[in-house]
Amino acid sequence: MTAIQTYVRAHMREPNAIAYAALLLAALLFPITVQFATNGNADYLVGLAADGGVYMLMAIGLNVVVGFAGLLDLGYAAFFAIGSYTYAILASDHLSITPLGHSVHLPFWIVLFVAMFVAAGAGVLLGAPTLRLRGDYLAIVTLGFGEIVPQVFSNGGVWTGGVPGMSALDVPTLPFWFQGPWVDQPLALTTETFRFTTSNLTAYYVLMVVLIIGVVILVNNLQHSRLGRAWMAVRENESAAAACGVNTVSIKLLAFSIGAATSGFAGAFYGAKLSYVSSENFGFDVSVTVLAMVVLGGMGNIPGAMIGSIVLYFILFQFLPNAPAQFQQLATSVGLDSLNHATADWPGLGEEVGRMKYVVFGLVLVGIMLLRPQGILPSQVRKQELTHSGHHEIAQEAK
Amino acid sequence: MPLPSSFSAVFVNNYAMAALVERLRTSVVAAPTASVINVVGAVVVVVVAVAAAQRIYQGGPAYFIQTMGFGLAQGSIFALVALGYTMVYGIIELINFAHGDVFTLGAFFSLALMPAFGMVEGKISGPALILPLLGLFVITMLFCGVVNVIIERVAYRPLRHAPRLAPLITAIGMSALLEGIMFVWKGPFNLRYPDFLPETQVTVFPGATVAAKALMVMGVAVVLMVALTLFIGRSKLGKAMRATAQDSDAAQLMGIDINRTISATFFIGAVLAGAGGIIYGLYYNSVAAFDGFQYGLIAFTAAVFGGIGNIPGAALGGVLIGIIAAISDGYFNPAWTQVLIFSILIFVLVFRPTGLLGMRVPEK
Repeated sequence: MTAIQTYVRAHMREPNAIAYAALLLAALLFPITVQFATNGNADYLVGLAADGGVYMLMAIGLNVVVGFAGLLDLGYAAFFAIGSYTYAILASDHLSITPLGHSVHLPFWIVLFVAMFVAAGAGVLLGAPTLRLRGDYLAIVTLGFGEIVPQVFSNGGVWTGGVPGMSALDVPTLPFWFQGPWVDQPLALTTETFRFTTSNLTAYYVLMVVLIIGVVILVNNLQHSRLGRAWMAVRENESAAAACGVNTVSIKLLAFSIGAATSGFAGAFYGAKLSYVSSENFGFDVSVTVLAMVVLGGMGNIPGAMIGSIVLYFILFQFLPNAPAQFQQLATSVGLDSLNHATADWPGLGEEVGRMKYVVFGLVLVGIMLLRPQGILPSQVRKQELTHSGHHEIAQEAK
Repeated sequence: MPLPSSFSAVFVNNYAMAALVERLRTSVVAAPTASVINVVGAVVVVVVAVAAAQRIYQGGPAYFIQTMGFGLAQGSIFALVALGYTMVYGIIELINFAHGDVFTLGAFFSLALMPAFGMVEGKISGPALILPLLGLFVITMLFCGVVNVIIERVAYRPLRHAPRLAPLITAIGMSALLEGIMFVWKGPFNLRYPDFLPETQVTVFPGATVAAKALMVMGVAVVLMVALTLFIGRSKLGKAMRATAQDSDAAQLMGIDINRTISATFFIGAVLAGAGGIIYGLYYNSVAAFDGFQYGLIAFTAAVFGGIGNIPGAALGGVLIGIIAAISDGYFNPAWTQVLIFSILIFVLVFRPTGLLGMRVPEK
């Protein structure tokens, strides 16, 4: 206990270190806790957490674009879609029904990186002509791109599976050098074996945690590198950064494509986990959700974006879908069972609560921006900048 | 005369030389990429235009006139919505994402209001409709205006001096909130909007007809746009709006109440969107809670196309986007229309960020 206390005391000034430690601990304890709490029936919850990890990866990537470099990307889901479709095309039987006539089954571990590079390439292609534009024009261009990409995939006919999308994608396997005595052996804490199957979602969860740790280390190093300082300079004042010798266009392009790469990476995992891609899963709502996660957590701060993604993911994908049933139970237990039955102009309590999803989402977005615009765990550097500029403004007003 | 020991000794501190080097460097590095991009853009535009012209020629004049009627009608609705985007952007540089949903709200609200005006399908038709329809328009337009003013007051005004991103996110939040409210109210279904407009076809020249509906839509849109132009150009408040859009600090120094002017801008934008909502309902006879967002994005594209912040530009952009969409629907594959429209958005921003009628504005 004292060790923890001294650690916490030593790092009081660095909430990020505590947040990282807490997140790591939570990631380790989560599957064990839920499995114990539900007597080993929590595979569904563990799988949900793995899906949440996809959003967390995207939030970390978008944080580079929006938080570090200050570029507003409203079409982030497009790169996610590109990553998923890359996986679907390169790791399924799908290509055999196209004019090519041959299916391609690249291993998951290779496609993960192929998808990353394809998405980064798309980011460069989109960013190169548009990053010269003013700040909010970039937002508009990315918004348009985000609308175009899913539509192109849904119109792609035989190549992209059209509106129904592609299914039966390859299941990831452990790389051959990873085979050992533990393969096919029961893990100590779960009764399942550690294999990627649709019934065992713990493997996906573990993989997701490993991927997130890797990406966080990389992005953290980038943030504290010369490049990271250049991003911050561009974000705060582009003209001043350019005058100091920062090549603003290439710096912005790097941020944009690194963000796109992370999204493509997440997309490949998402395709593999779901074993199914459809253009309907990559709409504007995904882009906005990820953006809201970054903003809610605290722009420009990696653990902030991670915490924001956990909170918002829980609200949107666990709390709200379950809310109708719980409200129905509540109504029954307080003797208002009649509310649960649909009538001509009352669709029933469950349906009505289910419809509240968008209202809640809107209120969350507006509420955060009005009440705590810096987010749950704001960036310390940014906080200093904000308070500093605040003083400056007050001084100006006094004059 | 002795030669200088090295050429660099002569040239190092020579500003003219430095400028020349810089110019050479930019002309070698920047200009070709820029001109390559421009050439690619021009080629794409020409190819698409030629393909469209060929199909239009094959389709014959009667079909073309019909398509144009449809395009002009939907273009007028786009224009009405685009005006709200462009006015708000012109004055506070904000993309008001909630605007498209205010437009849908107009359709929803008028639908709920119809029985109060005795407007029941099949029971009322012809000239008897004019008065209730007028009342419906006025009340819906006022309602939408008030809603938009409240949105501005709650979600945008407190953030006026916050970083750019903040009001954009509240705008998206407000859009979700409005959609959510309409969703809770009526559910996810396509609602039927009564069909009051005559189904007759007007013969423009022998063999070519345009729906009377389309002409009526265009007529209403033109009346509203003329009213807007007069208001912006002639009234005191319109003058204040123009001044605030140009330089809000200077306008404030001249004694203009900025907050009031911005509220008025939101009100007028939403009034046009509300009217657009009714016209949309009457023209398409169907409306759903989530229609507005996509429609708003297309209208926003129209505003960018015409030159964001430029009022005649938004009207022109709306009509052009309507015509382009109709040609794409009628002569090509409708599934690609949206891709085409958003490609236009990206194209315009890359090749002519100021739009068709806009002027270059320095970044503030």
